[in-house]
Amino acid sequence: MYRYTDFDADFVAERNRQFRQQVARRLDGSLTEDEFKPLRLMNGLYLQLHAYMLRVAIPYGTLNARQMRRLAEIAERWDRGYGHFTTRQNIQFNWPRLRDVPDMLDALAEVGMHAVQTSGNTIRNVTADHLAGAAADEIADPRPVAELIRQWSTDHPEFQFLPRKFKIAITGSPNDRAVTRAHDIGLRLLERDGQTGYEVIVGGGMGRTPMLGQVIRDFLPEADLLPYLEAIVSVWNLLGRRDNKYKARIKITLHEHGIDALRTRVEDRFAELRPAFGGADRAILAALRRDFAPPALAQGRSTRVFETARAADPVFRAWCDSNLAPHRAADHAIVQVSLKAHGAVPGDASAAQMRALADLAERYGHDDLRISHEQNVVLPHVHKADLPQLHAALTAQGLGTANIGRISDIIACPGMDYCALATARSIPVAQEIATRFQALGLEDEIGPLKIKISGCINACGHHHVGHIGILGLDRGGVETYQITLGGDHSETAALGQRIGPGFAADEIVPAVERLVQAYLALRTEPAETFLACYRRLGPEPFKTALYGAGNEARPDAA
Amino acid sequence: MPRPFTPKVVTANALTEGWVIYLTEDDRWTRSLSEAELLTDEAHAELRLIEASARSAEAVGVYLAEMKPGPDGPEPVHFREDFRRAGPSPRAVPLMTEGS
Amino acid sequence: MSILVTDTGFAPDDWTGPVCDLASHTDPAALQIAPDTGLVRIRFPSFADGRGFTLARLLRLRGYAGRLRAAGHVIADQYAMARRAGFDEVEIDAALAARQPEGQWLFRADWRAHDHRARLQAHPGARLGAPLGAGL
Ligand code: HEM
Ligand code: SF4
Repeated sequence: MYRYTDFDADFVAERNRQFRQQVARRLDGSLTEDEFKPLRLMNGLYLQLHAYMLRVAIPYGTLNARQMRRLAEIAERWDRGYGHFTTRQNIQFNWPRLRDVPDMLDALAEVGMHAVQTSGNTIRNVTADHLAGAAADEIADPRPVAELIRQWSTDHPEFQFLPRKFKIAITGSPNDRAVTRAHDIGLRLLERDGQTGYEVIVGGGMGRTPMLGQVIRDFLPEADLLPYLEAIVSVWNLLGRRDNKYKARIKITLHEHGIDALRTRVEDRFAELRPAFGGADRAILAALRRDFAPPALAQGRSTRVFETARAADPVFRAWCDSNLAPHRAADHAIVQVSLKAHGAVPGDASAAQMRALADLAERYGHDDLRISHEQNVVLPHVHKADLPQLHAALTAQGLGTANIGRISDIIACPGMDYCALATARSIPVAQEIATRFQALGLEDEIGPLKIKISGCINACGHHHVGHIGILGLDRGGVETYQITLGGDHSETAALGQRIGPGFAADEIVPAVERLVQAYLALRTEPAETFLACYRRLGPEPFKTALYGAGNEARPDAA
Repeated sequence: MPRPFTPKVVTANALTEGWVIYLTEDDRWTRSLSEAELLTDEAHAELRLIEASARSAEAVGVYLAEMKPGPDGPEPVHFREDFRRAGPSPRAVPLMTEGS
Repeated sequence: MSILVTDTGFAPDDWTGPVCDLASHTDPAALQIAPDTGLVRIRFPSFADGRGFTLARLLRLRGYAGRLRAAGHVIADQYAMARRAGFDEVEIDAALAARQPEGQWLFRADWRAHDHRARLQAHPGARLGAPLGAGL
């Protein structure tokens, strides 16, 4: 895995020195709050409903045990003993004090981490497939390129005051686990005639106007990547709207100008910028590929203990069935650790759990940990013979929940329990759905089903791409939840459709239950997933399940 | 007809800690809503808002929040202010369930 | 009175020749400046409007080698960005200079250090930290 070079270490130390000074200047009045705000945001510091919130980047979701332990220490020393892993492969600390933040950033820098550009109108933390470098279906590990993009975008002098935020995601697998079509730029690694390149998708995004990205270049040779990215952002920096922040994202620029006009501008700018890249980026990428070389996996070790345990222990078997993903080495597995214990806060981990995960990654997982956009933790390289012990150790820490990809593996944003922008809560809705379906004992029968919940139209909880999306709104001073159906975050990406009026807080869980019961009754066979069933039948039968036969229009709660 | 003025309090987040604070009648910031000055006159409320906004070395994001009088001081009208007063719902602060 | 900020700190504006003023919404397609223009000054209506940085970069890429100034609401924390984008100097008003005194600007006079992009863009063997565009 990549370790900070002296350059990175010096850069981050210097950046922290600047931020320490900026905090001091805010306190002494040299900086107004208006001026300080973008500076603190560029360093990941928000002001939330009840306190500041520090958002720390976990670039492309990869971290080692030492880094995970440091996150635990930070949670204990300067926060309240826990952290929240997000859909953007960040961790958020919910209770830091302004004057402590420079010390927290220094503590992060010591282990090669930072909060740079996790917020603000800049290029944000680059996200990638959380199974990168391990998945059986991968063309190539996207992380070397993601790291290159991190270095390029970090502190980019032209791009710190963009019209709005800008998010880049990359996948190295045709099975898209990075939601590339919902990002300002999505990159899909391709191989064509023995050459590595990228399909470049632009203009995706969620928020109040969700859009799926469109292909701007179907095959970009690898050598042209940085100048091409720079051309896109350069064009948008001048062309994007600055008169209305809701129309500033590149998805709106794309919508207003059309893909062909945008492409022409980008290609022209690319021609202009290309000569400025002299090749050093290529040399750096080659070195990064070595840094991300796969670990030396054990050869020839028997997996018999795994098979025996699997046959003998139904709890272990259930966990294997839901939480393991195929590793490219058949005697290894990718372990997905659920941060979605029924009734717990989706994505939260206590300091003790973080430490336990760090220990287990060292003992069984080649010191490699991942954070998924689904708010879970991944140990990407575990020998199957180690799985029974790993499972027992995880279970002891409350981390043994067997529900990856199931109805209780819910993405939920912080919502009104923490977020200043929220219009309703999301966490309690997730908790109640999870505990309800656990009580019904239906999870395994339901199979793969993605519920995603956002506490306002900003859609941080990805509800637009949930098979069942739930959006919390404020309707006349009452928390109200709107359901969308048929969203898909994968390579067959689709935006969910709103199918009717919203539900009050005490109606939303029963509504979800009716939907799921309808699905169970309607599916042709257990192998037909909720999404497949919805695609086959369309919204009508689900509308009926929600609102009754004839869909007699209930008065909208709005 | 102009709508009748609904009572308000001046609220913000503290610059140093980020915590929710309210303005008292004697110009202190308090963390307890029950101590806040309930503003029932529109002109007076605007004045208090301007005064509080000028205290940028102490408070961030100063605004007027709607309240109603209660036996124990001002009471939130909207659920958002109720959350700001009370903090996250207890279940949202991860007392992670042990085991699974 | 305006104040000119350079790597050596504050100084009064010494320029007396003609000035070509550009607004931040200048169309990049029309951005061609005669090389003998004495001073090009790009306006920053607000520090949050980052278009000027890209305009400066494009001007340099298009061959403008003369004096290039960022003027208006630019804050000390943006000094390094301005220099790296191709500006030679920043022009601010007295009120801003009083609120953000010289020391806060000099704090970023080391803008050549820790420059990710210069490193990635370099031609192998090029001097690191050279002004952007200088490697062309
Ligand atoms: C708690 C403080 C947060 C604030 C103030 C915040 C703010 C926002 C805003 C304003 C947007 C809409 C941007 C736009 O459409 O232009 C947005 C989008 C988004 N945020 Fe957050 N967010 C917060 C937390 C989170 C968390 C916890 C996550 C991950 C769980 C997250 C992930 C995202 C994602 C994935 C999007 C949508 C993708 C996009 O279109 O950019 N955010 N956020
Ligand atoms: S979706 Fe809304 S409520 Fe949820 S985190 Fe984003 S901004 Fe906050």
